[in-house]
Amino acid sequence: MKLPRWLRLPTQPLLRHLLLAVAGGLVLYVITLSVSQYDNLELAEIGWYAIAIAGLSVLTGVNGQISLGHGAFMAVGAYSAGLMMEHFDLPLIVPVLVAVGAAAVIGGLVGLPATRLKGPYLAGVTLALAFAVQDLPNKFSSLFNGDQGIIVNPPTPPGTVPAERWLAWITLFGAVVGMVILANFLRSRFGRSLRAVRDDEIAASAAGLNPARLRVLTFAVSAAAAGLAGGLFALWSGIVSPDSFSLFLSIQLLAGMVIGGSGSLIGAWWGALALVYIPEWTQNVSGHFNLSAGVKANMQNAVFGLLIIVIMMLAPSGIQGWLRSLWSAIGRLARRSKGDSDQAVAPLTSTPSPERISP
Amino acid sequence: MTATTADGLPAAPAADTAPAAPATAAGLVVENVTVSFGGLSVLDNVSLTSSTGEIVGVIGPNGAGKTTLFNVICGFVRPQEGRVVWRGKQLRHHHPYDLASLGIERTLQGVGLFQGLDALDNVLVGAAPVARSGLFSALFGLWPSSREERRLRDQAMEALDRMGVAEYAARMPSTLPYPVQKRIALARALVSQPALVMMDEPASGLSASDISELAELLGALRSEMGVLIVEHNMDLVMATCDRIVVLDFGKVIATGVPDEIRADPVVTTAYLGEAVESEPADARD
Repeated sequence: MKLPRWLRLPTQPLLRHLLLAVAGGLVLYVITLSVSQYDNLELAEIGWYAIAIAGLSVLTGVNGQISLGHGAFMAVGAYSAGLMMEHFDLPLIVPVLVAVGAAAVIGGLVGLPATRLKGPYLAGVTLALAFAVQDLPNKFSSLFNGDQGIIVNPPTPPGTVPAERWLAWITLFGAVVGMVILANFLRSRFGRSLRAVRDDEIAASAAGLNPARLRVLTFAVSAAAAGLAGGLFALWSGIVSPDSFSLFLSIQLLAGMVIGGSGSLIGAWWGALALVYIPEWTQNVSGHFNLSAGVKANMQNAVFGLLIIVIMMLAPSGIQGWLRSLWSAIGRLARRSKGDSDQAVAPLTSTPSPERISP
Repeated sequence: MTATTADGLPAAPAADTAPAAPATAAGLVVENVTVSFGGLSVLDNVSLTSSTGEIVGVIGPNGAGKTTLFNVICGFVRPQEGRVVWRGKQLRHHHPYDLASLGIERTLQGVGLFQGLDALDNVLVGAAPVARSGLFSALFGLWPSSREERRLRDQAMEALDRMGVAEYAARMPSTLPYPVQKRIALARALVSQPALVMMDEPASGLSASDISELAELLGALRSEMGVLIVEHNMDLVMATCDRIVVLDFGKVIATGVPDEIRADPVVTTAYLGEAVESEPADARD
């Protein structure tokens, strides 16, 4: 649907994405003011889930590489932030930036072999990573404090702001800033190159792109987003221990990406909503109907499984993809009612008319 | 002295107008290249040159080594002997993705468009070798990157327009007919204004009228860059090429202007057979 000029977003990437971020941020701000402190903790959870899923989405949806171990990059971020906060007294931004940097470096290193591995082999390597990262804290127990984990003191809110709301603000702010950077990246020539490498590697290298280098770059950027999520997670959970970064976390991130729409940053928010609210909702339902403990424990998995199957069948591009097609269908209807539907699309002949060819 | 024939096609240039490019001025020099795969000789002492202002065609029957020669130049295949020289410098250990920044673009067999990108973005990928803005600027969406983006977008539109397909800029490749897709792929190769464009079977899958339009487009490129065509289709090669190299069983069996090739009995027996006599291009001359 063609919007009037003053309603359209600017094309300059930073202006465009900042405008969207401010609008989204205002909505989130109002929500944090009007909900309970328990709900604020859940909003904070949505924040770190969203940026982690967004990072995975850039890797898988945009660049076509799979990762079954994205939780490991979150662990790298969470442990770096946790250790920084344990040993130094620095403004919050520093440990979070260190988390982003550490995860980016590790991500780039993991991405190096990934340049030669495709599909199931890459899945295997990242799966191994997910397992390995759980054992490292025990192996280097003196540094990481083994199974006990590292305690992270919650950030102290200014004035009379409740701690939960302050946590929600920090997490959502971090996630939104991360999203703006990812959105800029995807809208640049780099984002286009990642898609080109995903679609046709040979054609991409014919056009002068170095597929291996772009793959490593994507891994680093994607892991950096996961590292940011890990840093925010450390603040949110108050403890960084191996249990938090099981294979299950990585699978959850994948599920969230598929549900929201792989390759879409907005979709990452839908995925995060699903990851936070479906378990809560199934808990409530099974509590309401007094279901047995076994059913109660497994109901959320069943609902997730069902949801993924339904989405794969009805909307393979996820919730966001479905919303987008809905939007364009509305646009078509609006044009038809105005009676100019046929003129909107350029007529297509089998060959372009010869007079258009410059001699 | 390129006369125009009745149907508007530029006739193949006569022998005396074909530029005799001296070896020093040549952009691309392939020198005595030999490639064998496990004892099977695929290319045997093959040489050719290509420079700006000339369209060179490489033809030969199936299995003659055309694609291998293409792959040697691109860096997919390393020759056992011989060398590839570009602008006086030997290409050694080069990767396929290095060529574009050296000023050599290529189109692939078939179409090779990126299915997830619209036509304009496809062409913009081809502008990668001339893009300079950095990663930092891209991550923060800063102006160096967005200004460059706008400039490249204009260039890409121009390239599409030149190929006569500007009206399809916003369309996804899969929704477009094959000849239009081929033109978009050609626009992608031309947008960075290369010094040499190599084309692997540009005429495959095109109708006779599409091919004559393609011949016209290629003729217009002659003054700006070197063109190297590996092709089966005799109509296109005879209509556009200034010089033709004929490969058979990995050996160069003939080199010359189209008229010479057409008249060469060695070529006729090896490849063209009786097709030369009934060649429609003959009727046009």
